[in-house]
Amino acid sequence: MMAQASIRKSYDGVIACAPVTVPYRRYSTNSAHWWIGRALHHLVKRAGIKPADIDGFCVSSFTVGPDTAVGLTQHFGLTPRWLDHIPFGGASGVVALRRAARAVQAGDADIVACVAGDTNHVDSFRKTLSTFSRFAQDAVYPYGSGGANASFALITKNYMNRYGAKREDFGKLCIAQRDNALAIPYAMMRKKLTLDEYMNARPIADPIHLFDCVMPCAGAEAFLVCREDTAKSLGLSGVRILSTVERHNAFPADPMQVRGGWALDVGELWAMAGLKSNAVDLVETYDDYPVIVMMQLEDLGFCKKGEAAEFVRTHTFANDGTFPHNTSGGQLSVGQAGAAGGFLGLVEAMRQLMGEPIGKPVADAKAALVSGFGMINYDRGLSSCAAILARA
Amino acid sequence: MAIDLLSFAKAVSSGEVRVIDLTQTLAQEFPTIVLPPELGQCAPFRIEEVSRYDERGPAWYWNNISVGEHTGTHFDAPIHWISGKDLPNNAVDTIDVRKFIAPACVLDCSTACANNPDFALTIPFVEEWEACHGKIEPGSWVLLRTDWSKKTYPDYAGLRDDGAHTPGPEPAVVKWFVEERDVHGFGTETIGTDFGQGHHFNPPYPAHFYMHGKGRFGLQCLTNLDLLPPKGAVILAAPLKIKQGSGSPLRVLALVAGAGK
Amino acid sequence: MTEPLVRPKRKNPLRRTRLPLSPQGVRSRTAHGLTAAAAEGRFALQVCLDCNAVVYPPRDACPSCLSARLPFRDVDNGGVLTAETTVQTSTDPYFRERTPWRVGAVKLDVGPVVVAHLHGDVVEGARVRLEFKLDRSGSAVAIALPEKDTPNMADDPHLREMTCDPKFRRVLITDGRTAVGQAMAKAFSDAGASIVFVGLADAWKPFPGYEELRRIDRVEIVPLDVTDTESVTEQAEQNGARIDIVVNTAEHVRPGGVIDRHGLTVAREEIDIRYMGLLRLAQAFGPVLRFRGADGVNSAAAFVNLISVHALMNWPQFGSYAAAEAAVLSAAQCMRAELRPGGVKVLNVFFGPLETEWFQTVPPPKVTPAALASAVIRALKQGVEDAFVGDVAEDIRQRLAVNPKALEREMAG
Repeated sequence: MMAQASIRKSYDGVIACAPVTVPYRRYSTNSAHWWIGRALHHLVKRAGIKPADIDGFCVSSFTVGPDTAVGLTQHFGLTPRWLDHIPFGGASGVVALRRAARAVQAGDADIVACVAGDTNHVDSFRKTLSTFSRFAQDAVYPYGSGGANASFALITKNYMNRYGAKREDFGKLCIAQRDNALAIPYAMMRKKLTLDEYMNARPIADPIHLFDCVMPCAGAEAFLVCREDTAKSLGLSGVRILSTVERHNAFPADPMQVRGGWALDVGELWAMAGLKSNAVDLVETYDDYPVIVMMQLEDLGFCKKGEAAEFVRTHTFANDGTFPHNTSGGQLSVGQAGAAGGFLGLVEAMRQLMGEPIGKPVADAKAALVSGFGMINYDRGLSSCAAILARA
Repeated sequence: MAIDLLSFAKAVSSGEVRVIDLTQTLAQEFPTIVLPPELGQCAPFRIEEVSRYDERGPAWYWNNISVGEHTGTHFDAPIHWISGKDLPNNAVDTIDVRKFIAPACVLDCSTACANNPDFALTIPFVEEWEACHGKIEPGSWVLLRTDWSKKTYPDYAGLRDDGAHTPGPEPAVVKWFVEERDVHGFGTETIGTDFGQGHHFNPPYPAHFYMHGKGRFGLQCLTNLDLLPPKGAVILAAPLKIKQGSGSPLRVLALVAGAGK
Repeated sequence: MTEPLVRPKRKNPLRRTRLPLSPQGVRSRTAHGLTAAAAEGRFALQVCLDCNAVVYPPRDACPSCLSARLPFRDVDNGGVLTAETTVQTSTDPYFRERTPWRVGAVKLDVGPVVVAHLHGDVVEGARVRLEFKLDRSGSAVAIALPEKDTPNMADDPHLREMTCDPKFRRVLITDGRTAVGQAMAKAFSDAGASIVFVGLADAWKPFPGYEELRRIDRVEIVPLDVTDTESVTEQAEQNGARIDIVVNTAEHVRPGGVIDRHGLTVAREEIDIRYMGLLRLAQAFGPVLRFRGADGVNSAAAFVNLISVHALMNWPQFGSYAAAEAAVLSAAQCMRAELRPGGVKVLNVFFGPLETEWFQTVPPPKVTPAALASAVIRALKQGVEDAFVGDVAEDIRQRLAVNPKALEREMAG
């Protein structure tokens, strides 16, 4: 992609701070409201502010129905002057960051709480699948009701047919992430993963097997966005935003998904940050399935289309490896707490850049790339986004 | 001499007077008359349960029935036939009720019919019967015993390529019954008082034509005629009081004095 | 290679019967355009009237030009199976007990990519034919079939879930007295039904064709009178649990209008034989059919109504007959909803005049009993819900779709 200078307004003067995780649980009888409420509580405590100081609120959740963000303002006793509800799943983190950053820059809000949280009841997964979207209802769910697993199995199969990637290549990514997750106390997956275990795991929807799939769980992730001077006066460290991109329904003419919207916006991403791809110290990709990780490695500029398998074979992905990647283990190891999965990478990148990771640190982390993806509406993930963050 | 009806009632309950049921059970499977398909047909007997001690009626059982006037064991009134259409008191609701009780002469043709569904009753046959049992008294039912009621339904209906083959009277003997013997009516075990192939007679269907033309009655689909004496039975045959009815299914009972055969 | 079906063993009477489950049948209203196509065995997609784009999944604005003019049109159904997967585990109870279940993405020649069920004989990368069929929920789903028919194709388990193939099933033809009933008995015997019960009322009334009927392979004549509740109930009590397809051949065709007819006894026969007869069959056989919708290879599959196309638009020459047929049609629609929880289809087969005695004076084109029977078998094998047999029925279907009022005038002559 030809590098052109970005014409978009920079994010100077904006800080993202106070990364919060409400530790995940496999099943929870609590509502999404409870989880989101816990996140808000921790944000407020961490930042040393009062709830009334939150004058901007951005929320993403699959299980907070029948409420939307509006109902939550009354539920939580907030009186924001800026409110956004972003049902974008795995893209919610970067999208929340983008929305909140511009609001804060424009002075429409001073302190924006960005929260993603979901509960997981024993029937949440089934219920979410069957009513996920109109196209899913009409044209996917009736076909085996395999959920996103079946849809991504088709994408994976097609990718493997086209580019020669092997299950072992996907396995290497999953194994590395699992190693990164061993230090995360609330991770759903607590044991080391071997290649044998990965290859022989229970098939879910060929060629996807058990360890290619995230484990749905309950949890919440959150952060605050405010102006640099606000953060300073509160004594909060944080991260700066060097660039962001966002796209929905990219490449509709591609018969099957082999690339995401990043391929359309990757030039802008790096140009706006004024960096090259070797300038980031860690990369958090959206890992609902390893095939999507591969697409992100390609589309975000780390290798050419179709060459991610080779890239995977020639790099190591531990926090002290040649390409620190999904440094807290990603969703594949920690779990997918619904929409919070879209915040997981962003919150982990913030922690690494701020020098306070829960797990193993990436040495001297100065810049990080965070990528989001999600919303499989019919046969492909519609939303893609990315942000490059820097230590403040 | 005063008639002692109470003694009669006692005699019935003690068995001194036997009551014989000449009626076929009104049921769906019982064959009905079949006319050419372009003409109106006789409705078969049908029964629909209204409730049976259930949510439709917790403590009771009852049915709605549908039936033709000429279904099963039934009575034909003179108004049933074109030849009797203008006679006075010719419908089931206007016939003098005294006419519902009358003696019967039972003509046993069972042997003659045994292998011959096309048995036709003739004057000579009846005269031979009279020679044994005496003349048919005026005002008597003439009942044709053919044992047809003992047959399975296909043989009972006797339907073939050219219509029904069942026993019945020739035109001459019917005319003779009415004009020479002043009979009350004509009764059979078969479907219809007429000979199965009676449409070929002149006039067609003479049992209907002559009987009803002279205000006499018909009884069809009778059974148990083999339990009756040649003479001496008194028939109770009162059709339903249907407004301007041409006939109706009914209970036909025969009273016979004395111990059983 | 599809394993040919084997005639199932006798059911173990002590084992619990597997209850029917249904895949999710909820669809947007627009998506039911596919259900309408599948119900008749057509392959139709939305085609934009303004830019000719062929669009899938069904939607309410063209993704190329935002036009709202997206009618469903019959289109070519050829394509390539781009990728396939086998679902090994599902949260949905219907699929959960039927895994492994293959699905794939088919790139159609006309443009869109369709996620579809896969027939066992389709191979990734090969060309396929895509068809829309009604699944057990009664809503349309796409299934990719091999480009050319393969041996025992109909026996594929995925496909058999969506069809009502008479092979190895037990059938009840409700009335064998008529030419249609006899043709139906022969057609089902030839189609591999393992037993063909043929109902007969008034056995004491002889009729032509009885000897030939008796001699058809696997025919068993049983007493059945659709005008007699007790008769129908008794037949269902005796044989209901081993009847998988009911074909109601009881008929009563008589000329005459509503005003232009003398008396009501024929109308009562029409209603009693056609409408009440259907109700009796429905109440007697419906519950057991519904119960057995998932009962193995010879599960209960369908209730077939033979309905005059004039149920849809009255033909005054046979006006009272047509009105009774309309009652039958409405009742059949009700039955469709009532049988759906069992995954049992109600197939309505519409026809114009037949080559039978009561249509003697009606000019051709007319449908022979054999042609009608053959159309029923075909419709069951396809798994459609509505079939129009013969030129007159098809003609009326088309006219009705365009201008029912004009058709009303045309039928009155």
